[in-house]
Amino acid sequence: MAKHGLRVIAIAYLFFLLVLPVGLIVWRTFGDGLGPFVEALTSASAVHAFQVTLTVALWAVAANTVFGIGTAILLVRHNFPGKRLLNALIDLPMAVSPVVVGLALILVYGKFAPVGGLLESWGVQVIFSTPGMVLATVFVALPLVVRAVVPVLEELGDEQEQAAHTLGASRLQTFLRITLPGIRWALAYGVVLCLARSLGEYGAVAVVSGRLVDQTQTLTLFVEERFQNFDQPAAFAAATALALIAVITLLLTKFLRPKG
Amino acid sequence: MAIEVRDVNKSFGTTPVLRDVSIDVKSGSLTALLGPSGGGKSTLLRVIAGLEQPDTGTVRISGVDATRLSPQRRNVGFVFQHYAAFKHLTVFRNVAFGLEIRKRPKDEIRKRVMELLELVHLEQMADRYPSQLSGGQRQRMALARALAVEPEVLLLDEPFGALDAQVRKELRTWLRRLHDEVHVTTVFVTHDQEEAIEVADTIVVLADGEVKQVGSPAEVYDNPADPFVMRFLGPVTEIGGNLVRPHDIEISAGPVEGGTAATVSRVVRLGFEVRVELTVEGRDAWVQVTRGFAEQLALTPGDVVNVRPAPGARSLTLAAV
Ligand SMILES: Nc1ncnc2c1ncn2[C@@H]1O[C@H](COP(=O)(O)OP(=O)(O)O)[C@@H](O)[C@H]1O
Ligand SMILES: [Mg+2]
Repeated sequence: MAKHGLRVIAIAYLFFLLVLPVGLIVWRTFGDGLGPFVEALTSASAVHAFQVTLTVALWAVAANTVFGIGTAILLVRHNFPGKRLLNALIDLPMAVSPVVVGLALILVYGKFAPVGGLLESWGVQVIFSTPGMVLATVFVALPLVVRAVVPVLEELGDEQEQAAHTLGASRLQTFLRITLPGIRWALAYGVVLCLARSLGEYGAVAVVSGRLVDQTQTLTLFVEERFQNFDQPAAFAAATALALIAVITLLLTKFLRPKG
Repeated sequence: MAIEVRDVNKSFGTTPVLRDVSIDVKSGSLTALLGPSGGGKSTLLRVIAGLEQPDTGTVRISGVDATRLSPQRRNVGFVFQHYAAFKHLTVFRNVAFGLEIRKRPKDEIRKRVMELLELVHLEQMADRYPSQLSGGQRQRMALARALAVEPEVLLLDEPFGALDAQVRKELRTWLRRLHDEVHVTTVFVTHDQEEAIEVADTIVVLADGEVKQVGSPAEVYDNPADPFVMRFLGPVTEIGGNLVRPHDIEISAGPVEGGTAATVSRVVRLGFEVRVELTVEGRDAWVQVTRGFAEQLALTPGDVVNVRPAPGARSLTLAAV
């Protein structure tokens, strides 16, 4: 009986929290058929938002993949002073609100801040431009690759790498031929999570982008801006597109997980 | 000399693990590094391979100072206790690894790998993955992989330690035969004295980070340098303040010259052998005799007999405590 009750509560909870809202968005999006959906997503602003989102997300994923692999190897294979601190710092982005991240970046890289001013004098604009949005996205998605790779790297151990060394492989050869194949599923899992997080990021990007329509507007910002301007079809269409991406990544991670 | 280790010291943190270790390994020999667990055997082997750096001391391989060389450049074959198989590569690719790194032509690699797989009896398994092999097969694959690059020396760290007793015995004999065929200078680590005596032509006894004795199996067994080595290499018992092998003691019914009176406390039959437990001068001791001998004397608990070391028996005097 208690089991039944729990099940009902759990289902109701998920229904009102997840299924109903997402279902309604999809319902509203496709309420008038596929035509308006396609139309809304092919408007110049929507296409531009897609492009900005993709650019920012790809750079952020690339940066976090390189950083993630490097840091994971550093944490698992090496001992150095400050290792525990680094380990703790990596999880910081999970705890800090993205809005705070955005503000902090403005404090450092804004036009009138020391670092930002210097970069500006070299012709690099960070805040209200792509570099800033990439930085913000990198920050919020920082732990995902590291945390996916670390346990697998630990489990893999270093004996295979040592065996490769004694067989004449250099560090790079060992990394490419032994370590990377050993962590490939975990890495793919981390990269997909990181990609999903990057595509969906709102808060930090909202702050550093300046929300310039057709310039620094990402898909999430587009949804919000269209909604505020009573263009509900466009808002819902873009929201559905984001939800679809989320579902695809969810399926991908489910597919990658058991092998990792 | 294939390997010359000189005055090597190594500590992990403040714990000294190797203390002034010097050993010479002859070209073409099969040497066992024998000692209790935690004695520093693996560390010494890893120092030779370049997987650990010694704090002080030098390692020469085939006459070349290798102390500062990376493992990549030492040309040693290393076999790990837990195989360290490349899980994502087939048996063939595992064995081919070192040759692929050396960019040898494809057909040469194929030929050499198949030869080696034949040598380790895995020619049928070339396309399998390590996860599809038994422990013994994986270890043979690891051996073939190490041999593929024609190493100057082959180093094996408890190669059979993770296998069950039956496979262990088979592989031991097999390793000995393989060495007679291939002749590569080989050093293997073991904590099993029987394994060392059966397989090696030289035994280095290492304990507490120090070399306790070096010699042929017969030398180390018959002329142990100290009570520790004697105890570690085989069964011992104490009679009259001397450490003696239990099979080196004579029992007689009547008094004999140089004999000591002893009371039989228990007679245990272990198949062909009989273990006679005695009390000598108030202390427990035991003697190993054949079944025929025990029956001839009709030994039963409570009997008073005479014991003395057999002529030519080795014994060590224990310092009075
Ligand atoms: N990487 C390491 N870090 C710290 N201590 C170690 C390390 N490797 C070995 N030791 C210590 O050194 C001692 C000798 O270890 P080892 O060489 O593995 O002995 P053996 O192979 O004879 O069992 C042990 O006390 C072990 O705990
Ligand atoms: Mg060991």
